Amino acid sequence: MNTNLIPAFVRRNSFIELSARARAESLMDPGSARELVGPFDRIESPWLPMQGIAPEFDDGCIVLKGTIGGEPAVVAALEGGFQAGSMGEVSGAKMSTALDLATRDSKNGTKTAAVLLLETGGVRLQEANLGLAAIAEVMASMRALREYAPVITVTAGTVGCFGGMSLAAGLSSYIIMTREARLGLNGPEVIEQESGTEEFDSSDRALVWAINGGEQRVGMGVADELCLDDVGEIAAAVKKCVMAGLPATHRSQQVEPYRKRIASLNVTEQIDPLVLREAWNHERYSSGKGGSR
Amino acid sequence: MEQLEFDYPEANRRVSKRAHVGVAGSGDMELLMEPAEAGVAHVSILTSVNGFEKSWKAVIDRFFAHFDGAVRIEINDGGATPGSVMLRLEQAVEAIDQ
Amino acid sequence: MSAQPGVRGKAWFQALTGKDSPMDGDPGSVLAADAKLGDESARFLCIVPNPNARFPCARHGEAGLEEAYALARRIREAMDIDTEAVKRPIVAIVDVKSQAYGRREETAAIFLAAAAAADAYASARMAGHPVIALIVGHAFSGGFLTHGYQANRILAFDDRDVVIHAMHEEAAARITLRTVEGLERLGHEILPMSYDVQDYAKLGLLHRLLHVQDSDTPTVATVAQVQKELVDAIADARAGATDLRNRLESAGALATRKAGLAARALMEKQWSTA
Repeated sequence: MNTNLIPAFVRRNSFIELSARARAESLMDPGSARELVGPFDRIESPWLPMQGIAPEFDDGCIVLKGTIGGEPAVVAALEGGFQAGSMGEVSGAKMSTALDLATRDSKNGTKTAAVLLLETGGVRLQEANLGLAAIAEVMASMRALREYAPVITVTAGTVGCFGGMSLAAGLSSYIIMTREARLGLNGPEVIEQESGTEEFDSSDRALVWAINGGEQRVGMGVADELCLDDVGEIAAAVKKCVMAGLPATHRSQQVEPYRKRIASLNVTEQIDPLVLREAWNHERYSSGKGGSR
Repeated sequence: MEQLEFDYPEANRRVSKRAHVGVAGSGDMELLMEPAEAGVAHVSILTSVNGFEKSWKAVIDRFFAHFDGAVRIEINDGGATPGSVMLRLEQAVEAIDQ
Repeated sequence: MSAQPGVRGKAWFQALTGKDSPMDGDPGSVLAADAKLGDESARFLCIVPNPNARFPCARHGEAGLEEAYALARRIREAMDIDTEAVKRPIVAIVDVKSQAYGRREETAAIFLAAAAAADAYASARMAGHPVIALIVGHAFSGGFLTHGYQANRILAFDDRDVVIHAMHEEAAARITLRTVEGLERLGHEILPMSYDVQDYAKLGLLHRLLHVQDSDTPTVATVAQVQKELVDAIADARAGATDLRNRLESAGALATRKAGLAARALMEKQWSTA
């Protein structure tokens, strides 16, 4: 069959359509991945059945240990199809332990990068304070690993990365997104609820993506790579970040440049996302990788 | 929330592999299929939707009508349709019979 | 009884530092000051309501863009000054309503601002500064992740107006299709969902639950009491690790976070053979 006759979009291998486990596997060198504390180990949420909600055998967090581009790496992926990828006691423990063990190995001479696949609304409300504590612990563990090896966040959609886990994304060495993905602290529905429809009409999809979408986040310089929804392309982007190692500085440590940008914003009206994108690109601060997008 | 248990003593063919399929999302289900220690098939279901024991039994009976593996099946169910349930069971069989 | 977030925070900041205004160049919503604590100088930080804030959604004690970057700035400033010296304690006085919920905030990437503040707190902790969170009022979700949750040690007043949680009752009730009363009842069965600080204390995340007389109005006696607790917490932090492992090793954690600890133990076992 002459594959040149098949349009590119049909040939594309969708990453978004994959389960979290399949996404994680697709990023690792073939045959190198082993799942840790997987579904057969049956460590589930003790809190969900108490509320009549079916738990998941892996609590919605899949951890694979293996190599990426030949380099030791661990991937922790949140399953967006289970409780919107929300962070609970067990899923949070799996993610922070994976990061801590990567840090331990790195300290002992085996530099181990971490890749976090974040499709998540943040805290699992049914576990409230344990979910919130778990996020704080993941953030601490990410910050610790960052002394030795890169922590790479991938948010591809359809859930996106919201709530407390958006702070985890913000702490990352690199953020990879697709156009379909969204990244923000508060989802549009939450803003509409807390501050009114005037503030944010959550039914205005164009507005949602104009503010939180992957193209905007990468365009304004708060995320690093914009990929097509394609397994090959995303895997290549992840590998590139693993091989690049630690950036010269991390975005969440560039306090003065961002503080000044916020101070100089005109906030008497809503901010035009495209205008902001242009303004922030103009005075782009290098994160050590160079280039602009 | 209900916990349902079913036994199939006729299903006693030794199997050696295990499978995991599905996601326990809303309207979906997840299952583990492993060799049964007891040598006969046993099914455990934890479901968030009450009152459908008969439907579950019907689907699982139908499944074991053409499958004789001595498997332990555990299901976390968030409200899957009988059609989805059968699909997941068949996906699991494909994985273990490979 | 004061249920208005930020009022207690400001009162305790003033009581512990003798100051009540922001440092030069900081927004009116962030109070920062170095003040004597025990035998040394500590940097105190607090987010307070500011009706004149530039951002309309950050006027009532929320952690917004300006607040997050101001915190990060003052923490890193302390780190820089103390590079070759004794690492001063950093005390986050927490009475924060939530994160700021606004379109401007999302447009200007508040997720990154919040991360920057958390990064600063965590970096300070890792560099050897004892970071203490003193929860005197509200500590909710993104606000608490931004300001306080990276601390070595967390102290909270044992008080009905001290609430630590992922989401305010009204919003949580709406989302889970319950009444507020129903949600509170659920919190009695499901420990991590409780809005009661005494239940939060059972999770093993707190260093100390403090019984303070009339926590709305600091007195000479209660200030001395709190200072002593802070000094103790600082010493305890200095004697321990710079990571958050104390949260997993507490009696409360061993009792209430069994599944998470089991997952951790199993992963440690499986990691080496993988």
